[in-house]
Amino acid sequence: MDQIMKVNELSVVYGKGCDYCRDSNNPLEKNRCPHCMAVCAVRDISLELYDSEILGVVGESGSGKTTLMKALYFDIIPTKGSAYLAAYNNGETDIFSVSSQQQRAIRNNLLGMVYQNPVMGLLMNYSSGGNVAQKLIAAGHRNVAAMQERTAQLLDHMEIPLNRVKEPPRNFSGGMQQRVQISKAIANNPPVLLLDEVTTGLDLSVQAKVLDLIRMVQKQLNISVIVVSHDLAVIRMLSDRTVVMLDGQIVEHGFTDQILEDPQHWFTQTLVHSLI
Amino acid sequence: MNENDYNFAFLDEGSKREIRRAIIKAITIPGCQIPFGSRELPIGRGWGTGGLQITLSIIGPDDILKVIDQGNDDSVNAISIKKFVSRCTGVEQTTDTQKATIIQSRHRIPEEKLGENHVLVLQVPNPEPLRSVERSVLKARQMHGDTEYSAAWLLLYEQIVRYGKITMGAGYPVLVDGRYVMAPSPIPRYDTLGLDDADCLYLFGAGREKMIYAVPPHTSVVPLDFDDFPFELENVEERVCRICGAENVYFDEIFDSETGERHYQCSDSGFCAKNAAAKQI
Ligand SMILES: Nc1ncnc2c1ncn2[C@@H]1O[C@H](COP(=O)(O)OP(=O)(O)OP(=O)(O)O)[C@@H](O)[C@H]1O
Ligand SMILES: [Mg+2]
Ligand SMILES: [Zn+2]
Repeated sequence: MDQIMKVNELSVVYGKGCDYCRDSNNPLEKNRCPHCMAVCAVRDISLELYDSEILGVVGESGSGKTTLMKALYFDIIPTKGSAYLAAYNNGETDIFSVSSQQQRAIRNNLLGMVYQNPVMGLLMNYSSGGNVAQKLIAAGHRNVAAMQERTAQLLDHMEIPLNRVKEPPRNFSGGMQQRVQISKAIANNPPVLLLDEVTTGLDLSVQAKVLDLIRMVQKQLNISVIVVSHDLAVIRMLSDRTVVMLDGQIVEHGFTDQILEDPQHWFTQTLVHSLI
Repeated sequence: MNENDYNFAFLDEGSKREIRRAIIKAITIPGCQIPFGSRELPIGRGWGTGGLQITLSIIGPDDILKVIDQGNDDSVNAISIKKFVSRCTGVEQTTDTQKATIIQSRHRIPEEKLGENHVLVLQVPNPEPLRSVERSVLKARQMHGDTEYSAAWLLLYEQIVRYGKITMGAGYPVLVDGRYVMAPSPIPRYDTLGLDDADCLYLFGAGREKMIYAVPPHTSVVPLDFDDFPFELENVEERVCRICGAENVYFDEIFDSETGERHYQCSDSGFCAKNAAAKQI
């Protein structure tokens, strides 16, 4: 299997940090450094994403999942670490080392993101169609008719009715907003899709529908997906492989089935047992 | 020293130097907004103080000044700015575009072609073309830095989707020198093309927002548009100035509520007077 993305020893510290917490062998109080009180939200995380797979990231609230995703989408500048994308310069260049302008280009062309909070990902007062079109515009599209067609098609795919394309997301339910975000995220057929708690806060029936749509899109487009959730049930439904995060670190990783059947780390065991 | 005991051109030399430095920086990075320390003037902010500070910083005793407000040399605002500059510099005033060396303007570029000897100073109320999409000044600057202009195009896209055409009237966003998206102050669309590859220097000053930017001579200035919705001018066809008979210029529309008739007259009053006088001879 081909590697699509590789992340090496990525850390994000909120606060200055000190020599003590920079050494990832030193224990913290949860994710907080007892010496300098900095929050080590993501601590030396390494992971690989393979061709056409869905990788699950599961962990309790505050374990650093959103911080990890935002760092990968260049919303947060990591404190240290590197990442490589097969689609960017043959995976030879650390994407955190390039200019912010290059990072914008990577973000616009090679990545799709669905934020936990739709306000982060959508312009709530612009039309839903326009929100999706913005991603196309950012990738250099300049034909309105073609963009309108593509936009309507993407939203239709996500079961947003055609007669609502001109409405702003602010009029929509949470589930619909997430589906607009997904349409936007996949508009340019990016090789990598990042999904942060796409179904959190949605009704169970709506959740099931959104998860179905994600699976369908992943198969059709053959893209690689990182799906983040605090809910192991979501991870179980979607992901082939899973990493388990606790206090900013990965405590366990493996095939999702294996992790569910035979969890090794005490925290994973608690998660799995609470699932039943 | 002039009659009022003010420094020449009102501002102290230090302030003028600082503003000139911002102007030079603006000229070297066409279309990029350069912050400057906006000074207090005996004219309220929002009345062209950004433009005025530029004018005061670049004007010399041999300059000839023209000031227009929406094309009009005789508006109260234009006259009070002219008076103020004359009083603190003693420079000659004119309404003749060709004679002027510095033209300070609000909302218009003169009809007569500007040459190498001209500097056009435009007063800008809102210098940030990304403002309506991004309220944070810091984030907007980052977007300029990254040439992330999808939001500027999205604004036009939304208008097309909603109204079937681009409805943006004045202040149509342009791409300057292939790099910066710029708000060309609220000049009408008709004037936008005059910015491209011009012989003169354009300077833009926003007093409230404390920004200066520039379009140097012979810089490419391209309106944002789409392949299937290209930039179009306002329709001025079949309109004739009722005073001087000019066609294909930018008009003010005058509605006569008694007869219900619509009349047109040149928005550029200096041009109109010159044109009318030439026809009399
Ligand atoms: N801007 C910030 N400044 C300081 N600390 C922050 C900031 N954002 C997040 N944190 C802290 O970083 C840690 C990780 O937060 P993050 O949002 O990444 O967790 P999460 O796993 O996504 O949680 P949830 O499941 O609640 O979404 C938390 O302790 C949080 O309080
Ligand atoms: Mg989160
Ligand atoms: Zn520390």
